[in-house]
Amino acid sequence: MSETLEKPAAAAVLNVVGTRPIRPDGADKVTGRATYGADFNMPGQLVGKILRSPHAHARIVSIDAGKARGLPGVKAVVTAADFPDLASEMHEGGEQASNLRDLSLNVMARGKALYDGHAVAAVAAVSTEVADAALALIKVTYEVLPHVTEVEDAMASGAPLLHAHLFTEGLPAKPASASNIARRHYNERGDIAQAFAAADVVVEQRYTTQAVHQGYIEPHACVAAWAEDGRCEVWSSSQGQFMVRTYCAKVLGREISDIRVTPAEIGGGFGGKTTVYLEPVALALSRASGHPVKMVMSRDEVFRATGPTSGSVMHVKLGATADGTITAAKVELKFQAGAFPGSPVGAACMTALACYDLANFTITGWDVVTNTPKVAAYRAPGAPIVAFAVESAVDELAVKLGMDPIAIREKNAVHNGTKAAYGPTFQNIGYVETLAAIRDSDHYKAPLGRNQGRGLAVGFWFNIGGESTAAVHIGEDGSAVVVTGNPDIGGSRASMAMMAAETLGLPVERVRPMIADTASIGYSMLTGGSRTTFATGMAVVQAAEQVVAELRKRAAKLWETTVEQVEWKGGQARCLDPAKPDKKPLTLEALAAQSGRMGGPISAQVSLNAQGAGPGFGVHLCDVEVDPDTGRVDVVRYTAAQDVGKAIHPAYVEGQVQGGVAQGVGWALNEAYIFDRDGKMENAGFLDYRMPVASDLPMLDTILVEVPNPRHPFGAKGVGEVPIVPPLAAVANAVRAAIGVRMPDLPLSPPVVLAAMDRRQG
Amino acid sequence: MAHVVAGSDCWPFTGGVSAFDVEAATVRELIGALDARFPGLGDFIDRKMAFAIDGEIHQDAWFSPIGPDSEVYLIPKIGGG
Repeated sequence: MSETLEKPAAAAVLNVVGTRPIRPDGADKVTGRATYGADFNMPGQLVGKILRSPHAHARIVSIDAGKARGLPGVKAVVTAADFPDLASEMHEGGEQASNLRDLSLNVMARGKALYDGHAVAAVAAVSTEVADAALALIKVTYEVLPHVTEVEDAMASGAPLLHAHLFTEGLPAKPASASNIARRHYNERGDIAQAFAAADVVVEQRYTTQAVHQGYIEPHACVAAWAEDGRCEVWSSSQGQFMVRTYCAKVLGREISDIRVTPAEIGGGFGGKTTVYLEPVALALSRASGHPVKMVMSRDEVFRATGPTSGSVMHVKLGATADGTITAAKVELKFQAGAFPGSPVGAACMTALACYDLANFTITGWDVVTNTPKVAAYRAPGAPIVAFAVESAVDELAVKLGMDPIAIREKNAVHNGTKAAYGPTFQNIGYVETLAAIRDSDHYKAPLGRNQGRGLAVGFWFNIGGESTAAVHIGEDGSAVVVTGNPDIGGSRASMAMMAAETLGLPVERVRPMIADTASIGYSMLTGGSRTTFATGMAVVQAAEQVVAELRKRAAKLWETTVEQVEWKGGQARCLDPAKPDKKPLTLEALAAQSGRMGGPISAQVSLNAQGAGPGFGVHLCDVEVDPDTGRVDVVRYTAAQDVGKAIHPAYVEGQVQGGVAQGVGWALNEAYIFDRDGKMENAGFLDYRMPVASDLPMLDTILVEVPNPRHPFGAKGVGEVPIVPPLAAVANAVRAAIGVRMPDLPLSPPVVLAAMDRRQG
Repeated sequence: MAHVVAGSDCWPFTGGVSAFDVEAATVRELIGALDARFPGLGDFIDRKMAFAIDGEIHQDAWFSPIGPDSEVYLIPKIGGG
């Protein structure tokens, strides 16, 4: 079931936006024609493979590749010596600045291997078999070092130190010695001591979550070719071809213009493809061998060497008065960053209390390096983790106060005009409308069965805008092509075509959306942060508006009137000049057919830096059934309501919401990186790393709440991040309701749940 | 004058001061004015912070306007997945 609740003010006459046309990528995907990263090949290409550290922490004493180089069929071997030794420098390349030294060291270890799976060398050979044989012949001498994988162990005094140069930032004064704590984040308001003292009820709990992977089906893959003149070509699956271009140029010391990157169809990213792993290595191998080089990760490599998101330890303390008013909150977050600084704990600190209007709180976050893969973004980075803790705590407050879980959230809800806990004053938000949508749903009123429990949780994400470029070209038959620089990871081709069609007055079937390589369209930030439909969509609409302006100008010339006397409506120029009543409308087809005679082709390109992205809120309701004999938890009903601004293509938006829920349910129930005592990942494959499949889940119902964002031409807000924020807590709260025991440690696997039930009974 | 609020990330530059009034008509002018008052802060906030102007977040946008009575929150730049 799905429904859309539209705020009356958003109502407008729209012919395309808000409809559900067939998706433009559908036919290629269901017929197998879509070309993913691993599907691309070049004549004469070699196979590239990476040798990875078997140790969680080790000094690389020496690398002897002599025997590997001598193996017939081996064309190149590269190590860190083949890459520039970069200085520490923050550089804008993806969504945010990255430290180029850390990026380079993650691509290829230099001096030390910092996690099991860290790349230490790579080969290019004529076949996979030869490449594998060559890897076995490379002799790496390691000095194994003590390692640390758990976040609190890494923070402890005397913990094995990953980086001798790492001094904690964000403290009042620079610490005297290096540590694994990269940064402290802190935010406060009011007086929590006084507020806790005034509370009638206080809840306090330690919560933990484990590192989990984005779990995209398509592994990282690329083909790279370094020509004799230094010009480079890369074909790869990523969330941003411009990001790949920038990072490859920096890691290899090349000019941006030397490198052209063509995006492949992407088989999932969810934030995990917002950085580079293979591409610079493939380029280095191509330079060394003189051949194109293709690299495709195995699933084992994806798990061991690409970014999961953080595992965490969190403490949450809440105080409330008897009427449910939350008087004080104290939140402390400790997040694994992996081998290099940069966990999403900063964003977690900002989102932690964003749904609540609070006068007194402190939030402290710690970014901690560990001997685990460097974390990468994962939908709403950091927010699901902290929402698990905070929403569990609010649920506990409601239980202790005997309050309805929606009532306690409505009582403390942020509204337009509320100063958010992270600072800004909210405008045009649809949070209380989203709470009301769940309160009024059939699901909320439905009875529960035996061994079942119901949980509710809410979530927030900022959404962003940023730099985007789009072009609209009109063909001589009046059809249109929309070109952008953003890989389509969640339906952006459909939304771009629809917004262009709406603006031009064309049927959407006459608009073809395309994603261009880095030499064929202006710069766009990567696809992520729920920014593409908002920001790139804004560029598309502005480009289409420029096309319409040109069409009106040409019609005015034909009619010998002013452009003000020409309106564009329904894909036609209409003459408003009362002195020319005989002028019949000119269609886009008619104007396009004569474009050569009227000044040339009709097209426009717009580049912009979109500001004013509207934040999103979600409210999720989950029913679970717990097997009393095994502890197995089944989600039996789930409804997710979300403020989406305006759903450009509602079916895609529903899909985004359902996808986020499915991933969140997996995070809550089953998924976790498991390390052995040597710091090696024990479950680097889908057989042992259990993600939900379709048969694990019921139909996930959605309610789209439309409170429009006035800064977008059609009112759109980003939708891809919010839906993964509430599920962890919604599931955990439902399990608590079913078994009567608070579940503070994820995942809620059957043994964990069974043990909790045993404790309750014992 | 715009009222500016800076979080803990900025405190090493401001000596712990978290709120101040600044004469600035754009984000770029604000960056310059804050750097003049707290040396080093301008470069820091230009690289690492977003500007929530009257509730609307502006990121990497030097010429976004700031009103004479605007409230500007400096918050860490936001990304996503």
